[in-house]
Amino acid sequence: MKRLAGRGRINQDRTISFTWDGRAMSAHPGDTVASVLLANGIRVLGSSVLMNRPRGVVTDTMSDPNAFGQIGTGESSEPLMRLTQVEVYEGLTAMSRIHKGVLPTGTDTGRFEKRHAHCDVLVAGAGPAGLAAALAAAEAGARVLLVDEHPHLGGSLLGEDVVIDDRPAHLWVAEVEQRLRDNPAVTILTRTTVFNVGDQGAIALMQRVSEHLPEAKRRGRALRRMWQVRTHELVVATGATERPLVFPNNDRPGVMLAAGVRGYLHRYGLVPERAVVFTTNDDAYRTVLDLINAGVDVTRVVDVRPDPQGWLPRRARELGVEVRGGSVVMDTTAAADGALAGVVVAPLGGGETELITCDVLAVSGGWDPLFDLHHYLGGTARWDEQLLAFVQDNVVAGQRVTGAAAGIFGTTACRRDGHLIGLVAAEATGFGSATSGPAAPEAADVTEQAPADFVRVAAVDGDESHSFVDHHRDVTMAGIERALNSGITNVEHLKRYTLVGTGTEQGRTAKVNAGRLAADHFDLDFHMIGVSNARPPSQPVTFGSFAGRALGARFDPVRTTAIHSWHVAHGAVFEDVGQWKRPWFFPQGTEDMDAAVLRECAAVREGVGMMDASTLGKIDLRGKDVGVFLDRLYTGTMGTLKVGRARYGVMCKADGMVFDDGVVLRVAEDNFVATTTTGGAAGVLDWMEDFLQTEWPDLDVWLTSVTEQWATVAVVGPQVRTVMSTLAPELDVTQDSFKFMQVEDAVVAGMPARVARISFSGELAFEINVPTTSGLAMWEAVFAAGEPYGITPYGTEAMHVLRAEKGYFIVGQETDGTVTPLDLGLDWMIADKEFVGRRSLRRTDMLREDRKQLVGILPVDPNDRLPEGAQLIETAEYEIPVAMIGHVTSSYESAAMGRTFGLALVRGGRSRIGETIYAPLLDRTVAVELVDPIIFDAEGTRRDG
Amino acid sequence: MLRGLAAMVSRAEPLAALEAKIAATTVDDTRLTTVPFLAQVGLRLDPDGPAAARLAAVLGSDLPGPNRAVAAGAHRVLWLGPDEWLVVAADGQEDSLVASLASAVGEDGGVIDLSSNRTGLELSGAFAREVLATCCTIDFHPRVFGPGQCVQTLIQKAGVLIDQRTDDTYLLLVRPSFAAYVAEWLLDGMLGLQADFSTR
Repeated sequence: MKRLAGRGRINQDRTISFTWDGRAMSAHPGDTVASVLLANGIRVLGSSVLMNRPRGVVTDTMSDPNAFGQIGTGESSEPLMRLTQVEVYEGLTAMSRIHKGVLPTGTDTGRFEKRHAHCDVLVAGAGPAGLAAALAAAEAGARVLLVDEHPHLGGSLLGEDVVIDDRPAHLWVAEVEQRLRDNPAVTILTRTTVFNVGDQGAIALMQRVSEHLPEAKRRGRALRRMWQVRTHELVVATGATERPLVFPNNDRPGVMLAAGVRGYLHRYGLVPERAVVFTTNDDAYRTVLDLINAGVDVTRVVDVRPDPQGWLPRRARELGVEVRGGSVVMDTTAAADGALAGVVVAPLGGGETELITCDVLAVSGGWDPLFDLHHYLGGTARWDEQLLAFVQDNVVAGQRVTGAAAGIFGTTACRRDGHLIGLVAAEATGFGSATSGPAAPEAADVTEQAPADFVRVAAVDGDESHSFVDHHRDVTMAGIERALNSGITNVEHLKRYTLVGTGTEQGRTAKVNAGRLAADHFDLDFHMIGVSNARPPSQPVTFGSFAGRALGARFDPVRTTAIHSWHVAHGAVFEDVGQWKRPWFFPQGTEDMDAAVLRECAAVREGVGMMDASTLGKIDLRGKDVGVFLDRLYTGTMGTLKVGRARYGVMCKADGMVFDDGVVLRVAEDNFVATTTTGGAAGVLDWMEDFLQTEWPDLDVWLTSVTEQWATVAVVGPQVRTVMSTLAPELDVTQDSFKFMQVEDAVVAGMPARVARISFSGELAFEINVPTTSGLAMWEAVFAAGEPYGITPYGTEAMHVLRAEKGYFIVGQETDGTVTPLDLGLDWMIADKEFVGRRSLRRTDMLREDRKQLVGILPVDPNDRLPEGAQLIETAEYEIPVAMIGHVTSSYESAAMGRTFGLALVRGGRSRIGETIYAPLLDRTVAVELVDPIIFDAEGTRRDG
Repeated sequence: MLRGLAAMVSRAEPLAALEAKIAATTVDDTRLTTVPFLAQVGLRLDPDGPAAARLAAVLGSDLPGPNRAVAAGAHRVLWLGPDEWLVVAADGQEDSLVASLASAVGEDGGVIDLSSNRTGLELSGAFAREVLATCCTIDFHPRVFGPGQCVQTLIQKAGVLIDQRTDDTYLLLVRPSFAAYVAEWLLDGMLGLQADFSTR
C-alpha cells in the first residue's frame, strides 16, 4: 500500500525508525507495526504455522489472524504481540514470527503493576455507543470507568468517514471526551482491554501504560497495569468485527477485510494501488466510496447479490465503479513473493471467468457483533435471520450490550442506543432516571439493502485444501469437511479437532464461518449448530502481569519476631514455620548443623540456654464462663485451674483426632491465656470463635488474639535460677515459692513481665513474657545476665531434640490428623467430662489395640540416625511388597544420651516395648528397639532443677 | 512509675529497619510515616448490655457502629465487630485507659491492653488513596468512604485495620510481624505512582 500525504491520524511531519527483522523501517508517530509494514511494501509477514503459506495483514483491528510478531529483545522480548495494536516508537525491535514466538529465559525486570478500582458503570468500548453510554451515565451522576483498547477514543469512528451533527465525527468525539474528562466521577483508560468478566461485577483489565514508549521515556513507570475492578453495571460496547469469505487461495497477502482497508486509509493514510471489492452486503461499498474519494482505482466490485440497489451501490455506480452483481471471486493469483497479484471473477453458479489484476482484495462477508464479555458469565446468543449474525439472546444480570455489539448498526442508532443504555445503567445504580433523562439522538441512518446469506465459493476442481476458514490455525475447508465426515456433529468438538477458532485472536474471523459451514454440511439450520463459546481471557495475559509486584519481600509475608535483628546479627540459620522465620540453630565458627544442635542441647541440659518463643499463638479469654468453655474444648479439665497456675492441654476436632495443643494460664478469676502451636494460632482462634458464635452463644466468653502483643523469652536449664535471680532480684524463684506451672507478674530487668514456669524440654525453665516492643530489650537483658554462665541461645532444632528426648509430641510431626490422644499415650489427659471429640474417642475403632501408637525408638547401632519418615517392618529380611507396621516421626542425635534416638508410630507399639523391629532403607536395614517414648529422665527429676 | 519509665526507654519500633526507606519515599506531598507505640485497648462487650451505657460516659461518646470510628477526647474508638472495639490513644495512655475502661465494663465484658499487638503506619497526602489502590481492594472513594470510617481488610495477604483520619490521611494498624510486608507494598505502590507523577 502507499501513503497519502496529509491523510490518517498520524503525524506525517515526524519520522521515527525501528527495525523489522533487522531492517530499518521508517514510520510516523501514530503508526502501528502493521501499518508501517504495509506502508513499506512488506506484504508478506511470514509463513503460516502448518502449511508454510505466505501471510499478510488482514485488517486493522485485534481480530487480525495473521499480524503477530515478536517485540523487543533480550529478557523483555515478548512473542505473539498483535502488530495491529503495537504502536511504533523510536528504537522498537520487531521480528517476523507469525504464529510461533520465542520465550526469553531470564528474568524480566519490567514493572508490571496491579491496581484496584471501583465504579458504578464500566463501559467497555469507546465507539459511538460506548461514548454515548458513558456520557449519559456520567451526567446522570454515576461513577463511570470508560475503557478502550485503542490509544484514542472514538472506536470505529476513527476508521470511517462519518458525519455527526453536521460535523466530522472526530469533533463530536473530542467534545464528548472533554465533557467526560471534566467530570471528576469519570475515569478514562485508553490502551486498555477488558480481558475477563467475573461474578458480582469483577472485571479484569489490562492497560498498556508505557510499553508503547521508547525505553528512555518509560522512566520507571509500569509497562502494563492489570486493573481489578468492581462495578455495579457493565456496558458492553465492544463493536463488531467483519467476517471474511471462504474461497480458494483466500489467504494470499493482500486479501483483506473491507473495513480494514478503509481503516488503514482513515487511521494511517494508506491506500492500495488497485483494489477489487468482494462483498455480500452494502457496508463494503463504504470502502469503495472512501477509496475512490482518496483517488484509488477500484477496478471492480464483485457482489454476491444479483442486483445490488441500495443507496451505497448506486452511489458507487454513479462514481463510475463497475459493480458486478451475482458474481464471486473464485480464486486468486500470486506474485513471485506469494502476495496477491490478481483475482479470478466469475458469475455465481458458473460462467465465463475474468482475471483482474489488483494488489488488494477487500472482502466482506458481513458483520459479527462482538460480545464475548456477555458469554463469560453464561450469556447465550441467537442467530438473527435478518442481520445474518449472532446477537445476544439472554440477559446477564448487571450487564447490558449496546451498539454494534448488540447488532445495532449505523452511527446514529448506536449513539441513540448507547445513550439509553447509559441512562438505564446509571438508574440501576441509583443515579438519574432512564425515563426522564436527556433525550437520545433521533435515529436517522439510511436503510441498507439486506445482505446475502453466503459463506463460501466452492473450488471448481473440488480441491478445498487452499480455501481457508482459519488463517491462524491453517484450517481449510477440506479440514472442516474431514472433521465433519469423521462423525463430529458439535462445534465445540469441531473446534478441538481442527483447532478452528483457537488462535491467539480467539478465531474472531473464523468461528462463525466454521459453524455455518458445519450447518451447511449437515443441511441444518444454523441455529441448530451455533458457534463455539468465547472464553476468557479475551487477549493473552502474561504471567508477569498476574504476578504483578508480588516479588521478593512482597511475595509472601515473612513474619519475624521483635528479636529477629538479634538473631540475624548472631548468625542464626532460620527455619520457616508457617510464615514465620524462626532461628533453627546458631552455628558458631565453622560448626555444621549437627555440631551446633548438639552443643545447644548440651548447654540446655548442663548449663542454661535461651530461646525466642514469641511465635507461639496466644489467645486471651475473658468472661465468667471461660472455664466451662475451655473444659468443652480441651480433653483435660481447665476450669479447676487456680489463679496463677498453668496446665498443659490437648484439643481434638469432632473426629477425635488431635488438632492442637498448648499451655493454658489462668491469670485472674475470669481471665485465661491459652497458648497454641505457632502454625495453629489463627485456626484455633477461628475454631473457638466458631463454637462461641454458633454452638454456645450463651457462654460469657470474650476472645482476643494476643499473639503479637507478647514477646516470649524461654530461659532453660539447671542454672536458670541463677540467671533469673540476677534479672529479677525481687522475684523469689526457689522451688517452694515458684513451682512448676506457676505464673507470676514480676519486674524482670526493670520491665513489667509475666513469668511462667513452663518447660518443653524437661529442664527447669521460665518463660518471660513482655509486650512485643520490649521483646528485644528483654532478650538482650537475659543474654547479658546469662553470659557469665555461658547462656546459649538455641533454635527450633535443639528444641525439637530436647522435647523428643522427653517423648513430647509435636502437632503436625507426630500427628497428621489421624492420631488420637489415646494413640499418643495421653489417656491420663482425658478427663471424665464432655468435650469436643470425646464421643469419637469411644468408637470401638479408636480403641483397637493395633492402632498406630507413639513409642520411642533406639537404633541398635547408637550412631545410626534414621531418616524421619522411614517405614518400619517386622523382619530384617524381607521381600517387596512388605507389610509396613509403622513409621519414624522424629529422629535425632541426643547429646545427653550420647546416641541416636527417635519417636515412631507403630501398630500396637505400646505392648511391644522391648521388641526389635526394622527400618528398611535403600542402602541398609536398621534394627531398632522399641522403648517408652520418654527416653530421657523418665522420673522427671530435672524439671525442678 | 519507675517500671513504666524503664519499659519506655527499652522499647524498639517494629519498623526500625525500614525507617530510612520509608522516609526517602514520597509522591509529591504523599508520604508514609511510622506511628509506633500507640496506646491501644481492646473492648469486648454486648453493645445492648449494661456496660455500653457506662462506657459511653467514660468514653465521651457512644460506641460506634459497623466500620465507624469516633474521636472522643484524647482517644479514638474503632469498631472491629458487633461486640468488639479498639480504643486508640497516644503513647503512655494505656494504663489509665485500661483502668478507666475496665471499671466501666466491670464483669460485663473484657478490657485488654493491646498496645503492642499492632503498630501504626500513617499514609497521608493527595495520592494516599491511589497508593492504597495498588494493594488493597477496598473502595476509598469519598463517595463511599471518608473520615470517621474504619475497615478491617487486607493489604495483599496481610490483615490491617485502616482508620481514615482526614480527607487524605489514613492510619493503618498492623500486627508487628506483618508491618514490614505491609510497608513494602505501600512503598512499592508509591514508587510506581512517583514514576507516573514525575512524567505527568
